[in-house]
Amino acid sequence: MTETPITRAAQATPPPMARKIRGLSDRAIAWIFVGPTIFLLLAINIFPLIWTINLSFTNFRANRPNREVDYVGLRNYERILTDSDIWLNMQATAHFLFWTILLQVLIGFTLAYLINKKFKGNDLWTTIIVLPMMLSPAVVGNFWKFLYQPQIGLFNYIVAFFTGKDPSSFEMLGSVDLAPWSIVIVDTWMWTPFVMLICLAGLRSIPDYIYEAAEIDRASKLRQFFTLTIPMVLPFLMLAVLFRGIENFKMFDLVVQLTGGGPGSTTELTSINLKREAFEKWRTGYASAYAIILFVTVFGLASIYVKALNKVKER
Amino acid sequence: MSSFSVTEPSARSKWFAGSLVILYALITLVPLAWIMLTGFKSPADAISYPPKVIFDPTLEGYVNLFTTRTRQTDDFLAANPPETWYEEIVRQYDMVIAGPSKFGERFLNSVIIGFGSTFLSIFLGTLAAYAFSRFKIPLADDLLFFILSTRMMPPIAVAIPIFLMYRQLGLSDTHLGMILLYTAVNISLAVWLLKGFIDEIPREYEEAALIDGYTRFQAFYKVVLPQAATGIASTAIFCLIFAWNEYAFAVLLTSGTAQTAPPFIPTIIGVGGLDWPAVAAGATIFLLPVMIFTVALRKHLLRGITFGAVRK
Repeated sequence: MTETPITRAAQATPPPMARKIRGLSDRAIAWIFVGPTIFLLLAINIFPLIWTINLSFTNFRANRPNREVDYVGLRNYERILTDSDIWLNMQATAHFLFWTILLQVLIGFTLAYLINKKFKGNDLWTTIIVLPMMLSPAVVGNFWKFLYQPQIGLFNYIVAFFTGKDPSSFEMLGSVDLAPWSIVIVDTWMWTPFVMLICLAGLRSIPDYIYEAAEIDRASKLRQFFTLTIPMVLPFLMLAVLFRGIENFKMFDLVVQLTGGGPGSTTELTSINLKREAFEKWRTGYASAYAIILFVTVFGLASIYVKALNKVKER
Repeated sequence: MSSFSVTEPSARSKWFAGSLVILYALITLVPLAWIMLTGFKSPADAISYPPKVIFDPTLEGYVNLFTTRTRQTDDFLAANPPETWYEEIVRQYDMVIAGPSKFGERFLNSVIIGFGSTFLSIFLGTLAAYAFSRFKIPLADDLLFFILSTRMMPPIAVAIPIFLMYRQLGLSDTHLGMILLYTAVNISLAVWLLKGFIDEIPREYEEAALIDGYTRFQAFYKVVLPQAATGIASTAIFCLIFAWNEYAFAVLLTSGTAQTAPPFIPTIIGVGGLDWPAVAAGATIFLLPVMIFTVALRKHLLRGITFGAVRK
């Protein structure tokens, strides 16, 4: 180290005083800054997760805390994976996931593409479209239930107005055929703007000169769309699908308020079923195993998907 | 922009795109507008067929939202003429106002828990984000991924052990319990977003401050914090909106003292079933602040919505 007035002053200063001036070391500060966050996450996320894993091997019931708890090994897991009702819930969830994501991607991308034409006032209209996704899903579910009311609901009235059907001839929430679509419609209304915003960011990230070059090469507009726009937006679109997929796999509040899982169990998504097992039937051990299976499923699917996403990004 | 550009859409395609987007926006607004209108309807108008767009507005829904009412005998009603406009509204059903409803309390709980957890998430999140951004932390990438992955768990899955844990610790149905829980959920988003914002502040600023004799702490709060203010504000809005909207934990872990508005609004019961105008009034009061926030702060929201994936 070269001799400078600063280093000379530093060497001349006795150690305790130097410590006072310099304060804590960077390393200490780093741990003081990160520590509380890690502690909170350990206490409220990881510790509960470990507890859930532990409970999943027992026959514990939270409404009878004093009863003796037996370890039952993998029996809970075995029962869940062989239960045909749970596969029905999985199917309901898959139907919900597939259609919400498909519709949101199609509508969301189209909207983003149109907004990117930069017409006058586009940012105000974008904000209006974004409004639904900022609202409380439970409250949204609750008021859509009002719109879906048979006979008196606005939704039935509008459908009847355009199709000429009798508005009391169908029940969106009450019929086994329509209920799965009623939740798809509301989720699409609410979350299309999310996909739209991410696509918009993707479209805006494409530099103008690429299109200019394509224009010089006399590529048609259609060809530019399929060979430039789509591939450039694809990583963004895939990211949007990932976020929506994780969120909708966890879906609870919106659907519980809309249909409560009914009629029968046609819209009983896995989260709703899980809530029933855990907090209505109080089969805590069984529900814990169920929760672990769901978590592993989401985590596994998400990891595979992220790998695919990274491959697309590399291209 | 030059007058001739190949990338600038033609006036006709702009007009076409604009009208489609506006059409979609208007369709999106219909349910929202309808719920706000319903809040000003009488119960009879709210459930009439065909749906009424033009009606006599009344504040009945709002009065029912904030009060509890009891039926009274004709003698009592005759002896006590109504004194206020809201008493008068209730009197048309031969009822009197018995007291305030729980909506005010629930709304206040939402405010306390929302702001409490937002403050805590931002406080802890900023510190952690600064450390991740500026110091070499062993396994930093793994820790960051761990922080993010905690968001993949379905809330119900976490709710089982938290329910048991809170019962043991006496945190069930308390403000503190809910604030801690929402902070734990929000902090992952906060750390990710804030790290992005702090990464963009040049290190040279702090280094200059350190050379001037500032300690790390001083450099952090006198140099970095003011620079990160916008980022912190927009992250805070996201934490607040999440806590404000949350339902699953609230419905499972609270029942009275600390219950927030979302589990409460759908349970507002009137005479013979749900009191739709009152529910609509509650929804309006609850949703309106978020809508105003969104429109007013739209420039800062994009990044938070997309989970920090999108940088300007």
